[in-house]
Amino acid sequence: MKRKIRNDILLVFALLAAAFAAWGVIRLCQRTGAYAAVEVDGEERGRYPLSEDVRVDIETEGGVNTLVIENGEAYVIEADCPDKLCVKQGRISKVGQAVICLPHKLVIRIKGEGRADSGS
Amino acid sequence: MNKSVKYITVLGVSTAAAMVLSFVETLIPNPFPVPGVKLGLANLVTLFLLLKVDWRSASIVAAIRVILTAILFGNFASLAYSAAGAALSMLVMILLKRAGVFSTAGISIAGAVSHNAGQILMAVILFRTGEIIWWLPALIVSGVVTGLAIGAAGAILVKKVELKL
Repeated sequence: MKRKIRNDILLVFALLAAAFAAWGVIRLCQRTGAYAAVEVDGEERGRYPLSEDVRVDIETEGGVNTLVIENGEAYVIEADCPDKLCVKQGRISKVGQAVICLPHKLVIRIKGEGRADSGS
Repeated sequence: MNKSVKYITVLGVSTAAAMVLSFVETLIPNPFPVPGVKLGLANLVTLFLLLKVDWRSASIVAAIRVILTAILFGNFASLAYSAAGAALSMLVMILLKRAGVFSTAGISIAGAVSHNAGQILMAVILFRTGEIIWWLPALIVSGVVTGLAIGAAGAILVKKVELKL
């Protein structure tokens, strides 16, 4: 039993190390994006440059999500989905980052090359 | 009591318990703002059956639970994520139990991480998005935390609950 518990601890360390490494790689490769691409059910609905503040309601089959772009960041300020995880996901601004609303099949992804991120 | 009647009864009660846990989970605010990551309370039943009975009963209960829960509380999309997560996690846990390398907690942690991984992989497939690496840290950390909690509870259950089939 002691051997098994030791293996458990090794497993946890290995997993956390992998998580940390992945996080590190993500941070190093981050670049500030140029626009937010809105995709519903795999189809692109629109692109919104991060340089322009805007507030737009995105209508999907499941309901409505309200996207806000402010100060170069994009986030969902309100939504009528049951879990509201999209609202909790916070603000995004780096290429590759995304806010996802699973119930509404909505993906808001940052794309385009802005300037290279200095890493803060 | 007749042996097969007892077997069916235990599976039935287990399925019901798992479904209740799934529902209770929706009442608890989710601390992880990552889509597809859950507390996985229902896996307590799966883990218990896997360790106390056999992999067949655990798999049967998990499969029925996923289908019934999706029908009652969800939609096709949630069925896809649940099924993917449960299938991958079941496979991993069965293999690890056979290997005998980890204790209950380790099996549960591996099960939780692979459950999250399965759900996110399904989201990647359905949405055709490739940026899975963005979710990797959150997926792993939440899997470790929930796996540890469920594993600890599961170990206690396995030890204290008497079940002979």
